[in-house]
Amino acid sequence: MPEALAILLLFQLAGDALARVTGLPVPGPVLGFGLLFLTLLARRDRLGRLPDMATALHSHLSLLFIPAGTGVVLYLPALAREWLPIVVALLTSTVVGLAVTALVARALMGRVVPARVTMHATGPDATASVADGPRRARSDAEAR
Amino acid sequence: MDVDRDLFRLWVYLGSTPLFGLTATLLAYAAGLRLQRAAGGTPLANPVLVAIVLLGLLLQATGIAYPRYFDGAQFVHFLLGPATVAFAVPLVTQLPTLVRLRWPLLIALAAGGVASGATAVVTAWALGASETTILSLVPKSITAPIAMGISEQIGGVPTLTAVFCIGTGILGAAIAGVVFDRLGVHDAVVRGFALGNAAHGIGAARAFQDDAESGAFAGLALALHGLVAAIAIPATVLLLRR
Repeated sequence: MPEALAILLLFQLAGDALARVTGLPVPGPVLGFGLLFLTLLARRDRLGRLPDMATALHSHLSLLFIPAGTGVVLYLPALAREWLPIVVALLTSTVVGLAVTALVARALMGRVVPARVTMHATGPDATASVADGPRRARSDAEAR
Repeated sequence: MDVDRDLFRLWVYLGSTPLFGLTATLLAYAAGLRLQRAAGGTPLANPVLVAIVLLGLLLQATGIAYPRYFDGAQFVHFLLGPATVAFAVPLVTQLPTLVRLRWPLLIALAAGGVASGATAVVTAWALGASETTILSLVPKSITAPIAMGISEQIGGVPTLTAVFCIGTGILGAAIAGVVFDRLGVHDAVVRGFALGNAAHGIGAARAFQDDAESGAFAGLALALHGLVAAIAIPATVLLLRR
């Protein structure tokens, strides 16, 4: 685990350095994500403890947004003045974003998936996804 | 009274140590999780929202300033970096699906991103929001660190954008299930991808709650959306201003 965490931090550092050197308006961790992805492509069967570390970080991902989110206390007066346009804009645009992304992706993937492969499924879903493989390949071919 | 003064000293000490912000953050999150469980696991009782409300009330009640709170909370905040880098891991394990679906996903990413950004701008403008607020709203579907950079470039207020991002994430995580069910979208890949594209990290956290495949594609969507938008949004605003 310590090694896996060190690898993640190392790639974050590399991403930070790359952002600084190139002047790209993208934060270091996002570039680090890209670098790690490219690196792991070459060694997909030898990930070591990285999957465990990733699962540990991602299982409580929403916790990590709380400190920044609490910063809302600094903006309450500004938000109070324009709360209506802000709330309505956030709500409508989020619904539209979710719906358009999902509908376009589904239409282009050209298939209707049975309800058993849902987000609500937990453990057994892994098998459902595997069983889903050949059908996905076929519908993707049809889509092209 | 001595007891009073001792208590006061203790309180001053607690308020000045990083331990306070860190402990309060974890306790507030734990309370949010408990509340969600007590509410039958509904995504409408979002633990992030509950925690932020609790912490906001606590800071108001104790008079502890946000920067002092953040002294402790930064240890949690810091983990956002490695967590973002770690999105590469589930993605590599989902590689065959990713390669097969690359075009549908890329096109859906662009369509969803443009549609939500445009909706936010038009709605806020129609309801009379100020120009600063509108500009700060543009990158709100993108992961907060990138969105703040974009906001600064186009003339918004970066910190206000961060608040909008987190609001979007909480809303997206809370209503995604209802939206997808209404539309009959059941596929784990599609649901995860849409959550990550429209509600970035908090949407991804919601997707990870359901299954790893969903979470992996949410991570892909938020990273790609961030990368593309970092270039596309400032360029579009520049063109429109001409």
